[in-house]
Amino acid sequence: MMLRLAIRTAVALALGVLALAPAARAADTVDPAADKAAFQKFFTDKFPKLKLEDFVNGPYSMNEDLHRQWEEKEQFPPYEFSLEAGKEMFSKPFKNGKTYADCFPNQGIGIRQNYPYFDETEGKVITLELALNRCREANGEAPFSYVRDDMAALTAYMAFTSRGKLMDIKIPNDPRALEAYQKGKEYFYTRRGQLNFSCATCHIQSPGERIRAEVLAPALGILNAMPIYRSEWSGMGTTSRRFTTCNSQIRGVPLNPQDDEYRNLEYYLSYVSNGLPISGPGARP
Amino acid sequence: MASSIRVRATSNGDTTEVQALIQHPMDSGFVKDAKGEIIPPHFIQQLTFEYDGKAVFLADWGGGVSKDPYVKFAFKGGKKGDELKVSWVDNKGATDSTTAKIQ
Amino acid sequence: MEITSNEFFKTRRLVLKGAGVAALIGLGVVPFEVPQALAAANDKYPEEAFKQKTEAEAIKALYGKTAEPSDKIKLDAPEIAENGAVVPISATTTLADVSSISFLVSENPISLVASYKIPAGTLPSVANRIKMAKTSNVTVLVEAGGKLYSAVKEIKVTVGGCGG
Repeated sequence: MMLRLAIRTAVALALGVLALAPAARAADTVDPAADKAAFQKFFTDKFPKLKLEDFVNGPYSMNEDLHRQWEEKEQFPPYEFSLEAGKEMFSKPFKNGKTYADCFPNQGIGIRQNYPYFDETEGKVITLELALNRCREANGEAPFSYVRDDMAALTAYMAFTSRGKLMDIKIPNDPRALEAYQKGKEYFYTRRGQLNFSCATCHIQSPGERIRAEVLAPALGILNAMPIYRSEWSGMGTTSRRFTTCNSQIRGVPLNPQDDEYRNLEYYLSYVSNGLPISGPGARP
Repeated sequence: MASSIRVRATSNGDTTEVQALIQHPMDSGFVKDAKGEIIPPHFIQQLTFEYDGKAVFLADWGGGVSKDPYVKFAFKGGKKGDELKVSWVDNKGATDSTTAKIQ
Repeated sequence: MEITSNEFFKTRRLVLKGAGVAALIGLGVVPFEVPQALAAANDKYPEEAFKQKTEAEAIKALYGKTAEPSDKIKLDAPEIAENGAVVPISATTTLADVSSISFLVSENPISLVASYKIPAGTLPSVANRIKMAKTSNVTVLVEAGGKLYSAVKEIKVTVGGCGG
């Protein structure tokens, strides 16, 4: 008798909770501006000594010994050769006489902070790497690999001309843009791979901590520094390379560079870093 | 083809500080490639800096110097606008040189 | 699992050592041309010293004498290298009449990394970036007034800089 009462009460309570659920879901509507504020507050609360712009320097802002090594490297940074190659490539005309500058607003100079953007005609996110390859193809040139040196050099130069400009990703009043943003956010927080890690496991929960030998970078501002020269790679890496290697490292199967999921992810991750300066090309351990 | 050598030389009137970064694989001969085959040694052995016809700094390097090597030193003298000659030779006999103006 | 990976590394290390020897023999056969400027400076590349595996042998081949510790040498290096492939290290000294500064890593397959000749008028201070295979003592040698001095610091390496 008592037991039956207890069960009944429990059922009633459970139903009550269910009834409340739609209200809770309402608070979960897609609100990028609120996301951004909460995202940035999380990091500034977690690392009260750091200024917002410090986050673009990744692990170097989290560890003093690393910071000194970085300062020493920055005296003559290892991405210097890539940067110069990128500058040369950028100004060299295609076979048809046109240049990269013809494909971009403001001749491609100082515009890194506006990428990725949502293209309302196409209904999709366009990243800088994708725009560069489309530019090549539109001018009769073969596209570059998204994960190799040529793409890194080009984006290094474009980032360099935009250094200090604040990330400024816009989400137009278009449900498809909001959906792309939301999908990117979901990708970021979804666990995958044999290690069952999400992007957030490392870059939200554990920045500044070591995973094996490496100090994890904060998600905030992580793309502002792209492309990066990694000592671990002994070379340059693009945003595409960063995403695909992250997926392999958690023992997952990487997607193809510039698949919709990655484009949406870049859109989300860049948006929540709005207001932080572009610092690319960067150097990382 | 751009030079493999980047030099920054700055005079404060009394001494000239020199920094150089060189594009070179600096393969030690102890590393295997993706196929498991040893990458043969390929590294810069000597790097010289000459000012006013005299060597002001000379580096002897082994395969233990990092890829795209970097070095910094300073010497007394050196005037703004003067030239600093930098040259290297690697274990395969390849060489490169450049001249930098002291800033 | 761990045993397997340890065995793997041991075998690999052995292979690398063998290959290193082969590589060095190869080196001796490569025709080595000294450019005019270098010949004029009368500074021969210390090939023997760069063949020695241990620190002691390298010091002997390079200087032919032993070093005594000196607190007049400042060795500036990280506690933990961010990556063994690129370890920024610099040395500076208040010793007089410095003629050369050299860097050695005792645990590297070849101990001697770099040796710098310091002509009169050049300051006794050098910064460079070196590779470290694993956690090791790094020694800086300073030749001053015909004598040899040293300073040592241990640098921890969590990601080795010799590939793999």
